Amino acid sequence: MNPVRLSGRATLRGLRAVGAVALFTLRGLFHLRPLRPRLLAAQIFQIGWLSLPVVALTALFTGAALALQIHSGGARFQASDVVPAIVAIGMVRELGPVLGGLMVAARVASSIAAEIGTMKVTEQIDALVTLSTDPTGWLVTPRLWAAMLTVPVLVGVGDIIGIMGGWLVGTQSLGFNSASYLANSWAYLESWDVISGLIKGAAFGLIVAVSGCWYGMASGRGAEGVGRATKSAVVAAAVGILAANFILTGLFFE
Amino acid sequence: MIRIEGLRKSFGARTVLDGVDLHVGQGESLCVIGQSGTGKSVLLKCILGLEAPDEGLILWQGRPLDRHARPRFLDSFGMLFQGAALFDSLPVWQNVGFRLRQRMSGQKARGIAIEKLARVGLGPETADMMPAQLSGGMAKRAGLARAIADDPQVIFFDEPTTGLDPIRARRINGLIRGIVEETGATAVTITHDMDSVRAIGDSVALLQDGSIAWQGAVADMDDAAPLTGFLGKDTT
Ligand SMILES: Nc1ncnc2c1ncn2[C@@H]1O[C@H](COP(=O)(O)OP(=O)(O)OP(=O)(O)O)[C@@H](O)[C@H]1O
Ligand SMILES: [Mg+2]
Repeated sequence: MNPVRLSGRATLRGLRAVGAVALFTLRGLFHLRPLRPRLLAAQIFQIGWLSLPVVALTALFTGAALALQIHSGGARFQASDVVPAIVAIGMVRELGPVLGGLMVAARVASSIAAEIGTMKVTEQIDALVTLSTDPTGWLVTPRLWAAMLTVPVLVGVGDIIGIMGGWLVGTQSLGFNSASYLANSWAYLESWDVISGLIKGAAFGLIVAVSGCWYGMASGRGAEGVGRATKSAVVAAAVGILAANFILTGLFFE
Repeated sequence: MIRIEGLRKSFGARTVLDGVDLHVGQGESLCVIGQSGTGKSVLLKCILGLEAPDEGLILWQGRPLDRHARPRFLDSFGMLFQGAALFDSLPVWQNVGFRLRQRMSGQKARGIAIEKLARVGLGPETADMMPAQLSGGMAKRAGLARAIADDPQVIFFDEPTTGLDPIRARRINGLIRGIVEETGATAVTITHDMDSVRAIGDSVALLQDGSIAWQGAVADMDDAAPLTGFLGKDTT
């Protein structure tokens, strides 16, 4: 077939998909009546609290490794003493949100897609409709808000733990003085570094929840359909996070 | 009460419903039979608004069942799904009282839920169990309790006996018949099971090749030519 026509068709299909996801997201976010605080609380527990250990461990090891890297890299131009500042800035602006977001994507996007996909396949979503309850308000809205609210908190906690990871390595094996390491960590950190990272966290949380809900709702028939939905949700969430990170970083710091 | 006129629905090139006309009167119990894959579930989904028909009308109490009328229809509607479709995340009583809890206290809804569970033969100890802890037959009963919890005027049953052994199937048929008679609700049952039809139905409609090939009273069913193949097949 004509290549122009083919690529035109692909572009149209892509645009239509983007539009559909955007609409799905907006509808999910603003389907607020009736308010369902209990469902929101349950999702905050599921998405936020239960992800805490994974995110904390990720941040700890990342901060520690970062300190080692910067120490040896910095030694090449006699600048090993920048370790605390670079660890802090790198964690807060980039690695905290991105790696935290990716860990949440692995844990949460998959479980949301599996849960909603199973509900779809077993007609529980149809049952919601027959019970005069909009599946969007009952399933999607609490998950989107819970993820958007809790992932920044996870990122904040991860930032602190990551910096402490760097501090542990710095003081235990790189010979830094504890008090001056900490003082140097804070000294060069600007509030925008922290805030931009938290905003990234909120965006990544939204991406994770939207991916999970979208693929769950679109899940095909049978267990196979749910399995495929789960896989697609994780891949979409991870790629979405990395792409959004690039765009947001450009917006925030250029 | 419910009237369907010229309903058409295709998925891509495949036409599933090709001009379905169907009527259910107030307080009538209609059974829709038809072979697997003829579009019985699709018909149901069109009525519920889960699938949009390509063409045709669905009337409820003389008015088209559109975006505005459907919420009111659903408020007086209950449905038993094929696999019960209980919400995994909620205990049985909250499943049964799901709709009630939207407008009354949890305590009160729980009381009614336990009453309805008793009506379908489940004891109060099931109220706090999770759906995953129920057997298939129990789940079906709980699904039935949920369908009737808010005293609906219209009840749909999607293959209520599929997957149950004959004894359990007979019990469920008996329950449904009892409930339909007691409440005077209009009932639509989708089934393959001719025993169900005889137990539950006042009238029968045969869905075949995308349209209703025959509709009539259960009493006249044995003389109806279009049903012979179906009857023969299912009673052997
Ligand atoms: N969402 C859909 N997309 C595409 N095809 C569909 C969809 N839903 C149903 N179909 C097709 O429509 C046909 C009728 O399906 P339906 O589920 O209504 O059958 P059924 O009469 O309920 O059968 P059964 O007795 O096995 O439940 C099937 O061929 C099915 O593949
Ligand atoms: Mg079916």
